[in-house]
Amino acid sequence: MPEAMKADLRVDVAGLRMKNPVIAASGTFGFGREYADYFDLSLLGGVSVKGLTLEPRRGNRPPRIAETPGGILNSVGLQNPGVHKFIEREIPFLRQYDVAILANASGSTLEDYVSMVEILSDADIDCIELNLSCPNVKQGGMTFGSSCPGITSVVSECRKKCRKPLMVKLTPNVTDITEIAKAAEAAGADSLSLINTLLGMAIDIETRRPILGNTMGGLSGPAVKPIAVRMVWQVANAVSIPVVGMGGISSGSDAVEFMLAGAAAVMIGTAGFVDPLVWPKSVGEIAGYMEKKGFADVQALSGAIRLW
Amino acid sequence: MHRERIVRMERLSDDIFRMVLQSGRLTESAKPGQFLNIRCGHSLQAYLRRPISICDVHAGDGTVDIVFQIRGPGTELLGEMKPGEEADVMGPLGNPFKPVNPGGSAIVVGGGIGTFPLLYLLRTMPEVKRTALLGFRTAGAVVMAKEFSSVADCMEIATDDGSLGHHGFVTELLEKRLRTERPDCVYVCGPMPMMRIVTEQCIGMGIPVQVSMEQRMGCGVGACLVCACKKRDGDDFSYTHVCREGPVFDGRDIVFD
Repeated sequence: MPEAMKADLRVDVAGLRMKNPVIAASGTFGFGREYADYFDLSLLGGVSVKGLTLEPRRGNRPPRIAETPGGILNSVGLQNPGVHKFIEREIPFLRQYDVAILANASGSTLEDYVSMVEILSDADIDCIELNLSCPNVKQGGMTFGSSCPGITSVVSECRKKCRKPLMVKLTPNVTDITEIAKAAEAAGADSLSLINTLLGMAIDIETRRPILGNTMGGLSGPAVKPIAVRMVWQVANAVSIPVVGMGGISSGSDAVEFMLAGAAAVMIGTAGFVDPLVWPKSVGEIAGYMEKKGFADVQALSGAIRLW
Repeated sequence: MHRERIVRMERLSDDIFRMVLQSGRLTESAKPGQFLNIRCGHSLQAYLRRPISICDVHAGDGTVDIVFQIRGPGTELLGEMKPGEEADVMGPLGNPFKPVNPGGSAIVVGGGIGTFPLLYLLRTMPEVKRTALLGFRTAGAVVMAKEFSSVADCMEIATDDGSLGHHGFVTELLEKRLRTERPDCVYVCGPMPMMRIVTEQCIGMGIPVQVSMEQRMGCGVGACLVCACKKRDGDDFSYTHVCREGPVFDGRDIVFD
């Protein structure tokens, strides 16, 4: 293809500029080190790092994973070394690569979230992804993200201190995700990412015990994709800020589907456990789709669904 | 990810299979105690890869054996694979066993499917006095006794029902040995209660012990943090991860519940 016709994959998600729309999803990619052995991280648009908290967290008791048809339940419980060690040890590693760094931030209290945003605003990162949707912790996370007053208070307080693009990650475990999305937008979110995992459960009928040590966990993988596409579609139509779509993406075709539904960029996670090359391969597959369909600019894919 | 050709599939018992892979890459790189993370086809019923320990390596003909038990839809699909097909393999992954120096002595203690990774360990320590203590439920479940006896200087078997060898647990065989012997290291892999007893025995006597842990895994490379196991951390514990920091640990570091 002549240079002039080469697909332009660059995206700008409310100030988060990336060379392509593919981001590794938080919690599935560590801090990038493990997969740097498998491919050049500079091939990705961004990396959303393992969910961070102010202090180190031990995480939940094992087992932390249960395989279910077309997916997995996990109950890791935000095990992480704490935001300070992330800044000290992990940012310098990731900065060796030409890839945007999204810091996924969680807290147990409103004050925790505000402190996280203050600390991360001074760090060398490209975006703060506020995790108001983790289903695996007793306090914070989803408790804030599943009510409009909860999300309004956290996002508006964080907004006051935030000097980075502020992305808010939404939980699907709500009655109407568009209400939550609109509350986040009104409270000052620059962009939204969705969906976090769906709360689920699996039982071993031999032992009669829940498979997960934490009883319940978050469902991800191809099984959740139609729900995620639907929610991205609904939210993209309900707000005017950009939406980053995720939930069961396993290929460039899946990524295109989310973009047609209205996503400005996508995150890929669970599928990488099966094939670590799904992350870089999806970038090429999106470009291939654009070439085939005559899209020069990837941003034109967002919301390009042709409704009946 | 690598495509490795399957050259042989053997059924060792009702539900235990040996898959032989032709791979110079693996024979050169695989160390005892490491595992392969294998894709079980494209079924969404067995979505994740399955971590399978490396059982033996034959440098001469460039083959690697992995042995697994059919335990669910994933291993069922692996058991149906045929010679000539290619397996989609990640690995070798994880930290290996640390060998005993030449001239020393080692005892391996294996229980059931936990015996498999110990075979290659014994093979890699030819100048060490090697004892294999293997425990199984019953005589019908005993696999690879011949292979173990060919690489061990001494082998003893225990069965829960007494249908072969010592009637009782393999831990009793170890206890008896440790009354008269002091090996340079004990290596253990098997059910958690067995590993706990062996580890306590060894620590009590000041004998180094290496344990190979098992836990449900996700990514297999240390990114997803699901395969947690308790590790001593001062007076408390923290969670370490079997795939990346393990599967082999110093027994003194692990908290068995």
